[in-house]
Amino acid sequence: MATPATEILQVPTIRRGRVRDAFRRHPTAIIGGALLLAMIAMAILAPYLGTIDPQAVSPIRRLRPPSELYLFGTDMLGRDVYSRVVYGARISLIVGLSVAVLSILIGLALGLVTGYVRAVDTVLMRVMDGLMSIPPVLLAIALMALTKASVENVIAAITIAEVPRVTRLVRSVVLSLREQPFVEAAVAAGTGFVRTLVRHILPNTIAPLMVQGTYICASAMITEAILSFIGAGTPPNIPSWGNIMAEGRSVFQVAYHIILFPGIFLSVTVLAVNLLGDGLRDALDPRLARRM
Amino acid sequence: MIHAPSATARTQPLLQVVDLRKYYPVRRGLFSRISGYVYAVDGLTFTINEGETLGLVGESGCGKSTAGKTILKLIEPTAGTIRLRGERIDHLSPREMRPYRRELQVVFQDPYSSLNPRLSAGAIVAEPLINYGIASGRELKDRVTALFAKVGLREDQMARYPHEFSGGQRQRIGIARALALNPRLIVCDEPVSALDVSVQAQVVNLLMNLQREFGLSYLFIAHDIAVVEHICHRIAVMYLGKIVELADRRSLFSSPQHPYTEALLSAVPVPDPKAKRKRIILPGDVPSPINPPPGCRFHTRCPYAEARCRVEEPPLREVRPGHFVACHLRSVDTAAFAAADAGGAVR
Repeated sequence: MATPATEILQVPTIRRGRVRDAFRRHPTAIIGGALLLAMIAMAILAPYLGTIDPQAVSPIRRLRPPSELYLFGTDMLGRDVYSRVVYGARISLIVGLSVAVLSILIGLALGLVTGYVRAVDTVLMRVMDGLMSIPPVLLAIALMALTKASVENVIAAITIAEVPRVTRLVRSVVLSLREQPFVEAAVAAGTGFVRTLVRHILPNTIAPLMVQGTYICASAMITEAILSFIGAGTPPNIPSWGNIMAEGRSVFQVAYHIILFPGIFLSVTVLAVNLLGDGLRDALDPRLARRM
Repeated sequence: MIHAPSATARTQPLLQVVDLRKYYPVRRGLFSRISGYVYAVDGLTFTINEGETLGLVGESGCGKSTAGKTILKLIEPTAGTIRLRGERIDHLSPREMRPYRRELQVVFQDPYSSLNPRLSAGAIVAEPLINYGIASGRELKDRVTALFAKVGLREDQMARYPHEFSGGQRQRIGIARALALNPRLIVCDEPVSALDVSVQAQVVNLLMNLQREFGLSYLFIAHDIAVVEHICHRIAVMYLGKIVELADRRSLFSSPQHPYTEALLSAVPVPDPKAKRKRIILPGDVPSPINPPPGCRFHTRCPYAEARCRVEEPPLREVRPGHFVACHLRSVDTAAFAAADAGGAVR
């Protein structure tokens, strides 16, 4: 307030070097984020990327190797693998991001309750232990067996499998934050329960949750592909990377490209999300940030 | 407002703690059976008067911080009564406790973990004022600015975040937050032990100036005897959850009565290389508060321990006027009482 002129002058100089600074400090986060953004752009812009109808069957042109006309070749029904892979990105990303968001929201709510209410804690955490003792893929398969194949059900099944991990994380963070002197000081200063939770506990759980979210996103995409690969996931009328690979499996030795390209895309996307997660973990850790 | 310490017996003390206890259950086994207790605080009795600083000293793990937090009702006492201006607060629920929190504030030891890293310094100091609806908008900002000035911080530092401050500055933010509600008593839980010696002096002087200005009372928890000697009017020495000696500063330092206090005082460094010192080295370690020794808790390390000390627990007795000690080996100094009575009559 005393020197408004200098304040105004300082702002743009800080802004200008920001992207370069961010990149220098956290190259993995930037590379991962950029790759992920490219994948999202590809999924959204799928109809404009030289694709044809991914479901269009053309028996005459089946099992063509990659060529100029069919970039990634065709599958055993003569469908264009390139178009299917590009459209398939939609499923992987939708599943990955929805599972990450949903399991974080549910896990956050459950974790806050278990971190604060002792009676709920003992019951709920035993349930969570039970869920965690089953491998997530197996649990998702079992849940899918109970319902019909649809993208929504795949999301729900994987979310249920991932929630216990988030709950554990949030609970442990809440338990350690509760004992922090700044939370005790807030209580001593007359801060009410809800306000303490919202202002002092919640903001300090965001950083670890964002990191956890990226890992969940990556593992959800893999789980979706596994479910689809074994036929327990996305229905066959919707192209997903897992589906495409599952369908190419029987002709793998004559038409390797049907499996290769969705496999590459899946790996790159999962890698991008993991890189982003590692970068975020470093960027959001205040102890590391202080050292910079 | 009464200033003469001799008259305080008749007036109401600001804080009165009687037989305060805090036991933590130790759980073992499959069904978390309670197999014992940690006797963290085991029967504390003391009072703090208006404008007075009571020091609570003792080594790590003797329960002094637990005592502070229990008085603040950040943890529930197991037994005992806490009275603030004569009103019992020990059994109050968090909701009922709220109005009393305005009078009872805290400054913590660690200036790094006692401030929320995601709030600005101004927001941290403003929070208690918002909580009690004392001020808002322009007035809130003015009050926070005034509090910043009181603790020696600049107005333009309000928008900064805790990690941008040094340890001493952070402790000043903590003090400003404690002052915001115009409390009567501030529990200082080792407020300077995490700071550099030069910064310690600044913070201690700030606390003393604030006391003079606002008539504050402090419960000053510390393990640094030199700091305690500087700031405290009366000092309570704790050992394994109990007070072993309680006296005013002068009489504690000139004639410590309890063997533990003697050993503690002999450990204070003297800033004179030629000074002859008889350092009392206590053998052994502090016993576990889960299984405190029977009789006098200090008998396992006491150089003078007798057979009686191993079976019978010494009560805290007034051996000289205003000087309490829990030791079998000290007898009541009747001459001192007589002299005090005579002096009181003359006065």
